[in-house]
Amino acid sequence: MTVFLTIVVIALFGITLWQMSKILKLSQAKTDNSQVANDKDNNLQGKLMLAFVIFIYLLTIYCFVQYDSYFLPESASEHGVDYDRLMFISMVLIMIVQILTQGLLHFFSYKYRGKKENKALFFADNDKLEFIWTIIPVIVLAGLIIYGLFTWTDIMNIDEEDGDPLIVELYAYQFDWRARYSGEDNELGKANVRFIEGINTLGLDVSDTYGKDDKITNELHLPVNRKVIFKMRSQDVLHSAYMPFFRAQMNVVPGMITEFAYTPTVTSEEMRNSEFMVEKVATINKIRKEKSKKLVAAGDEALEEYTFEYYLLCNKICGVSHYNMQMKIIVESEEDYKAWLKTQPTFGEQLSAQASN
Amino acid sequence: MSVNQGDNHDHDHDDHGHHKETFITKYIFSQDHKMISKQYLITGLIMGIIGIAMSLLFRMQLAWPDHQFTIYEILLGKFGEDGVMDPGIYLALVTIHGTIMVFFVLTAGLSGTFSNLLIPLQIGARDMASGFLNMISYWLFFLSSVIMVLSLFAEAGPASAGWTIYPPLSALPQAIGGSGTGMTLWLVSMAIFIASSLLGSLNYVVTVINLRTKGMSMTRLPLTIWAFFVTAIIGVVSFPVLLSAALLLIMDRSFGTSFYLSDIYIQGEVLHNQGGSPVLFEHLFWFLGHPEVYIVLLPALGITSEIIATNARKPIFGYRAMVASILAIAFLSTIVWGHHMFVSGMNPFLGSVFTFTTLLIAIPSAVKAFNYITTLWKGNLQFNPAMLFSIGLVSTFITGGLTGIILGDSTLDINVHDTYFVVAHFHLVMGISALYGLFAGVYHWFPKMYGKMMNKNLGYVHFWITAIGAYGVFFPMHFVGMAGLPRRYYTNSNFPYFDDLTDTNVLITAFAIFAAAGQLVFLYNFISSIFYGKKAVQNPWKSNTLEWTTPVEHMHGNWPGAIPHVHRWPYDYSKTNENGEYVIAGQDFVSQVTPLQEGEEEMHH
Repeated sequence: MTVFLTIVVIALFGITLWQMSKILKLSQAKTDNSQVANDKDNNLQGKLMLAFVIFIYLLTIYCFVQYDSYFLPESASEHGVDYDRLMFISMVLIMIVQILTQGLLHFFSYKYRGKKENKALFFADNDKLEFIWTIIPVIVLAGLIIYGLFTWTDIMNIDEEDGDPLIVELYAYQFDWRARYSGEDNELGKANVRFIEGINTLGLDVSDTYGKDDKITNELHLPVNRKVIFKMRSQDVLHSAYMPFFRAQMNVVPGMITEFAYTPTVTSEEMRNSEFMVEKVATINKIRKEKSKKLVAAGDEALEEYTFEYYLLCNKICGVSHYNMQMKIIVESEEDYKAWLKTQPTFGEQLSAQASN
Repeated sequence: MSVNQGDNHDHDHDDHGHHKETFITKYIFSQDHKMISKQYLITGLIMGIIGIAMSLLFRMQLAWPDHQFTIYEILLGKFGEDGVMDPGIYLALVTIHGTIMVFFVLTAGLSGTFSNLLIPLQIGARDMASGFLNMISYWLFFLSSVIMVLSLFAEAGPASAGWTIYPPLSALPQAIGGSGTGMTLWLVSMAIFIASSLLGSLNYVVTVINLRTKGMSMTRLPLTIWAFFVTAIIGVVSFPVLLSAALLLIMDRSFGTSFYLSDIYIQGEVLHNQGGSPVLFEHLFWFLGHPEVYIVLLPALGITSEIIATNARKPIFGYRAMVASILAIAFLSTIVWGHHMFVSGMNPFLGSVFTFTTLLIAIPSAVKAFNYITTLWKGNLQFNPAMLFSIGLVSTFITGGLTGIILGDSTLDINVHDTYFVVAHFHLVMGISALYGLFAGVYHWFPKMYGKMMNKNLGYVHFWITAIGAYGVFFPMHFVGMAGLPRRYYTNSNFPYFDDLTDTNVLITAFAIFAAAGQLVFLYNFISSIFYGKKAVQNPWKSNTLEWTTPVEHMHGNWPGAIPHVHRWPYDYSKTNENGEYVIAGQDFVSQVTPLQEGEEEMHH
C-alpha cells in the first residue's frame, strides 16, 4: 500500500511539474520568451533575496532560542572552562561576521537588482579595500590562534610527575569499554593483545608485578578535583573516547597508547542537581513518557525513567554497533571513590580465583 | 589526434571536420572535449541521484529509528528486511554517499564537466592538448563509476568503514561485513578513478599552458580557467598520495603486510600483524583528503566568479587578488591536512602547527568572499538562475566557512570533532557550495552545451527550494552537534540524553526530502530543455569570454574560421569612456576579441 501511494505521489508530482511548465510556456508565448532574466524577474528575485536573508536571520534566532538547551552544560573539568571561554569568543565573533556579511550580500542583491536603464559602476580594483579586508582577518585570526595554542598546549601537556595524578587505562574493543586502574603503585602493568587468554581479557602480562594490583572495571569512577591521566588502548579497530561533559576526546588506536588528561571538577551528584540538568532531564522524561504510552499501547515495554549520568561514548566509526558503545562515568568525592575501588578485585585476585576453581 | 593546433592561428582550418564520424566516434568514444564534457555531466548527475537517494534513506532512519519503512526492503533487500534498516547497511549508505558525492559528483561531475567544456573554449583552443587521453580519462571514470555501483551488490554489503576508510576497520572483513568484497571493489574503483583524474588533470594543465590563443596572457584568463588550472595542479600533487595509501591498504588486506595494522585481537584470534600504524593511513589519506576539498570547491568558485561578473554587468572586483587567493588557497591546502587528526593520537605539537596553517587559509577565503560582495555593489544585477546559485554559493561558503574557524582550532576541535557540527560544517562549505557551483555552471553554460535554453522559471523554483532546504537541513544540524551527538550513529536512542534531539532530526529530514524533491524540478528542466528547450542565441548572457564567439551548433575545432585573437581581459563590463558613454555605444559589454577602441585605456592587471 505504501509503495502504491508513493508511486502515486511521485506520479502526481511529475504531472504537476509538467502542467506547471505548460502553463508557464503558455503564459510566456506572447511576451518575452528568451529565458533570460528581464526586469520583472530581476525585481522579484531581488526582493526574494532580501526575504531570504530575513529567513536566515529568523532561522538563526529560532535555533539559538529553541535549541538553547542543546548546548552542553558548563564544563565538568578544569581545562573545560578555558575551552568554553574560547568557544564563546569564537562563536560571538563568527556570528557577528555572519550577520554582517550575509546582510551585505543579500542587501546588495536586492538594492542593485537590475533595471534596463541602470548602469553598473566599472569598479575593478582598489588596493586600499583589499588591504583592509586582508589585514582585519589577519589580526583577528592571530588573536584566536594565539589564545587557542596556549590552551591547546595546556591541555595536551601531560606531566605524570606533576602533582599526584590518577592513572587509568581506557581499553576499547568492539563494542565496549573497560577501565583499568593502576592500583596501589599507581603504575599500570604491561599489556599486549598477544597475552589475551581466558579471563585475562585485556592481555595483561602476567609476569609483570605492576599488573597484579591493577583493577579492571566496566564503570569509570573518578575522584573529584584530582587529575586523571588516561592511557588508551584498543584491541581491534580505531575507537575514540569522547567525554563531552569534560571537553575531552582522544582516538584509541590499536598498536599504540594514546593519552589525555583532565581534572574533573563537578561530581555526578552536583551535575544532576544543577539547574540546567534538572530542566533538561525533566524535558527528556516528558518525551520518554509520551513515547512509552505509544509503546505500551503497542504491547511493548515502557521506557525507563532517565536519571543523568556522565558517559563516555565511542566517536570513531568502529563497526555495526558503533552507535551503542558507551561507558558510565561517575565523578564522586575522594572517599566514595576509595570505597568503591576497594570493592573491586585486583587482577591478581582474579587470577588466583580462576586458578583455585 | 585530429586536432592540429600548431601556430596556424591565422589561416582557416579547412582540414577540419572532414573525417567521417560514426555514431560511435561522435557520441561514445568521442575525443571532442564538448562531448566528453557532456558525458562527464550526465554520468555525474546519475551518480548524484544515487548519492542523494542514499542520503534520504539514512536521514529517514535517523528521524524515525523505530519506524518500519517498506522502502528499505524494496531498495536494500535483505538489509532492510521487514522495513527495518540493518545497522551495517546504514554505515554502508553513509560511506557510499560520501564517496559518491565527493569523488564522483563534485570532483568528476563538476571539474570534469566544466574543465573539459571551458578550458579549450575560453582560452581559444580547438580542443584539449590530447583528445585521446581525454577520452581515456572519461572512460576510466565511467568504469570506476560502474565498479562503485556494482560494489553495492556485494554479498556482505558495500564498503562501510566511512568514506575515509580508516584501517583497521576497512582492512579486516572480520571487523565489519562491508570490508570484504565491498571494500575490495571500492579500492579498485578508486584506483581507476585516480588514474582517470590524473589523466584529466595533466591534460588540463598542459592545455592551459600551451594552447592559449594569441593575446591570451595568463592575466587575461577568465577566473574559471585559473580555478580549473590550479585545481588540476593540486589534483596532480595530491591524488597520487591517495593511490599509494590505497595500494598499501590493498597489500595489508590481501598480502598480509602490516603497514597500518599492529597488535590486533579480533574474533578470538590474534593477528600476526605487527608494527604498522593506522595514523600513517590517516596522514596519507588526508594529504589528498584536504586538498580534495579545494579540488571540489575551487572550480565552483571559478564558475561563480565568471557568472557573478557577467550577471552583475561589472568586472569581478580585485582580479589579481582573486588569482592570488586561488594560488594561496591551493598552496595552503596541501599543508593543513593535520587538522583532521587533532585527536588522532599524533604529537600535539603537530596540532599546533596545523592550527596555525589552517587558520591562515581563512584569510584568502575571506578576501574572496569580500570581493564577491563588492562585485555586487553598484552592479546592475541580472537574476538569471545561474546568478542566484552563484549568490547562494557565496552565502553558504560564508556560513560554512565561518564554523571552520572553530573546527580548525585544535583546542575547540576536541569537543566537536566527529560530531554533527562537523557534518553541518563541511556540507555547507564544500557540499552545498560546490553543488551550487555545479548548478550555476549548468544553467549558465547549458546554451553552450546543448544549444538550448533552460526554462528560467523552473530554475527559480529549483533555486529557492534548494536554498531553503539546504539551510533548513544544515543550520539546525550545528546545534545537534553542539549537544555532542556523534556522526555515523545508526540511532541515538541508546543515549536517553539525546532524546530531546528527535524533533530536530525529524525537521532536518523533512527539509532534506523537500530539498531532494526540488532536484526533480531541475532534472525535468534539464532533460526537457535538451529536447524541447528554446533554441539559444549565440551569446544569451551578453558575456565577454571566448566561448560565446563560437557558433551555437557544435563543430569539431570550435571556431569555423581562424581562432580569434584576444585583445583585452574578460571583465570589461559596463566600461565607459571619459565622457561616461559605454566603450562600444549602446552595449554594456566588450568581448575579449574586440580590439581596444580609440582613446580607450586598457585595464592594467
